Amino acid sequence: MKDLTKYLGPRYGGAAKQLAEDFRKNGLGMDMTRYLGPRYGELLNKLLDDSISAHLGIKMNTPFTLALVALIGVAALIAVYRLLFGIGAASNLNDAWPWGLWISFDVLGGVAMAAGAFLIAAAVYIFNWKKYKCIARASILNAFFGYLLAAISITLDVGRSFVIWHPLVMWQLNSVMFIVALHLVLYLTTLGTESSPMVFEKLGWQGALSFVNRCMVGVVMFGVALSLLHQSSLGANYLIVPGKLNPIWYSHLLPYHFLVSAIMLGLALVSFETLLTGKVFNHKVPREVIEGLARGVMIVGSFYLFLKIWHLATGPGLGAVLDGSFLGNLYLIEMVVGVIVPLSLLCLRSVRTNLNRIFAVDIMVVLGVLLNRMNVGISGVSEYATGSGGDYFPSLMELALTVGMIAFAILGFKICAKYLNLFPETHH
Amino acid sequence: MKTSRRAFLKSLAGSGGALLATGIPCAQARMSKELPAQAVGLLYDATLCVGCKSCMVNCKKENSVPGGALYKKGMTAPPYERGPKGDEAIWDAPRELSGKTLNIIKVYKNGNCQQKDRAVDGYAFFKQQCLHCVSPACVSVCPAGAFRKDPATGAVYYLADKCIGCRYCQLACPFGIPRYEWDSAWPEVRKCQLCRHRYHEGKYAACAEFCPTGATIFGKVVELRAEAKRRLALRPGESYDFPLQRVDATEKTRRAAAKYADGVYGLIEAGGTQNIMLSGVSFDLLGFRKNIAKFDLPSLTWGYIAKIPWVFAGVFLGGTAIYKATHRSDKEG
Repeated sequence: MKDLTKYLGPRYGGAAKQLAEDFRKNGLGMDMTRYLGPRYGELLNKLLDDSISAHLGIKMNTPFTLALVALIGVAALIAVYRLLFGIGAASNLNDAWPWGLWISFDVLGGVAMAAGAFLIAAAVYIFNWKKYKCIARASILNAFFGYLLAAISITLDVGRSFVIWHPLVMWQLNSVMFIVALHLVLYLTTLGTESSPMVFEKLGWQGALSFVNRCMVGVVMFGVALSLLHQSSLGANYLIVPGKLNPIWYSHLLPYHFLVSAIMLGLALVSFETLLTGKVFNHKVPREVIEGLARGVMIVGSFYLFLKIWHLATGPGLGAVLDGSFLGNLYLIEMVVGVIVPLSLLCLRSVRTNLNRIFAVDIMVVLGVLLNRMNVGISGVSEYATGSGGDYFPSLMELALTVGMIAFAILGFKICAKYLNLFPETHH
Repeated sequence: MKTSRRAFLKSLAGSGGALLATGIPCAQARMSKELPAQAVGLLYDATLCVGCKSCMVNCKKENSVPGGALYKKGMTAPPYERGPKGDEAIWDAPRELSGKTLNIIKVYKNGNCQQKDRAVDGYAFFKQQCLHCVSPACVSVCPAGAFRKDPATGAVYYLADKCIGCRYCQLACPFGIPRYEWDSAWPEVRKCQLCRHRYHEGKYAACAEFCPTGATIFGKVVELRAEAKRRLALRPGESYDFPLQRVDATEKTRRAAAKYADGVYGLIEAGGTQNIMLSGVSFDLLGFRKNIAKFDLPSLTWGYIAKIPWVFAGVFLGGTAIYKATHRSDKEG
């Protein structure tokens, strides 16, 4: 250990040395009252008490966690570069391709991945389906990070990041983007409120806890309405570009396509995440929860398939996607991987009752719907954009920031799993 | 617990009502499909254009003064396009509309280019700039209201102070007109604003004022449409007095009418535009897309937005009903 008094002087150097020593011995479990005084120290002690998740065996000092931290660090540097030098310097976007990876993946994809929360919240708090209660907290937290990812990305994507709050005070009711902005802020607040009992519980703030619990049903309903609108409004953004978005994706029903596919994706992602956390952390989730989610994917997925077939039949026709063109093939991959194969597999009882097979199906659904969002956001407008003299492939910085945002969501979830009672009732 | 639930349900109903009430101003927010009575615009007749680009030069010059569409604080010279790397001297010869260029003359060429305004073995000039839609998509999609349509003149203009830079206007514009300052750290959207900063001096659009042949003329939209109709009715070769600079000008130039292809561009495209065009070569050969909607685009998203209050009402009413039904058995527990 270096002698910190050399750099910081005897007073601060000594304190830093003591802190470092204490940290090495006790980790974050050290007694914070020694440094922050009784009031704030006590609070921090409570927050950093990880005995609650001791049975999960979550370790922070792993190569995986360090890799996540490194990716987040790179993304943070890119974010600073982007803010200093502008969106044109950081991205490959141009006048023919005003929207790229950050909108299509981070925003359209990130928000769609968060759809599970409002479904599980509605199932537990409104429909009173008690068996899903054990995954409610995790799926809501998961959505919170999905939305945070979307919010940070869109803040960096707009050219004037520091005035991104303008729509909140300069209402423009004709704009779907205004609706999206308002809902993003409101729903992030809603998800925060829905997650807050975990924190209040930990801090022992009984008053706040019972207040939030009393409002919970109303908050959940508000969240359901916001989610229905937010998921569909991302599709409604594209209603105004009938001449630019390729007809194999453009439809007057695009808001419904987005909503239904987001519900399918949301259920699959909650199932995926529950199985994954079950694998990496030591906890078990009742299998009827996973099987119930798989049934949900099947029902909603069938409806989505019906909507998509209806769209092809009444619009561009099956020939438009079977002609071997680049866009036609992308459409086929999206539908085969994300909808047709998963649904066919789920028809088999042997798949529906096998957790590992459900896990594989979940991954396919997630990839398929994410590809759909990339298709609508990027590939679907390519014919228009290249015709106007533009070309686009995400820049290294765009890619690295997106990867960093995903790392941020994973690490955030992991930290919350360690310090909050994320999986209640599963360890009894 | 029972009384608090009742109070809670009451408050739910109250908030649902409040949300419905906030839906009412939406009804008034819907965009107009009507041309403002005093709307002004441009008529560009490609058969009169000689490709001198005087309109481009003067557009840039006149818009780089305070109030102009290209002006930025501290600007000392118009924003010229730079040459390619290694040859960055000022050479303003833009190839496309951009954050520095609001108006551009391009040339169509075919075969041996022998005759002007002929599709085969001919050539033609054409002009690209904002067409000032009657019901503009850019105005309707802007989340912060940075794009506005002047209620009197109908000019579609931009307020940089409001813009957040989401670039939805670029995506939504069916003509692909708005351009972004990609090289700036605090960028603005750039497009023709019909020189509305010059009206109070009694002046009008610079491209029309400085057009030597009368290819671009400025005036009231109703008069421009009537003028375009008169020209379409001419027999090719018939002599006609074409007004210079303004549709109501006394100064005219007499020349033989060319053969027009198509009709007037801008009567039905995107629900109608205030700038209209005539050409001797079909517009889709000039790069104007065939698949542009023939109705006002904002109506596409309005249908969605108008449903929003009902979603809130439905979720709160339906959710409350389901909640009461599913929690009945729990109550006594």
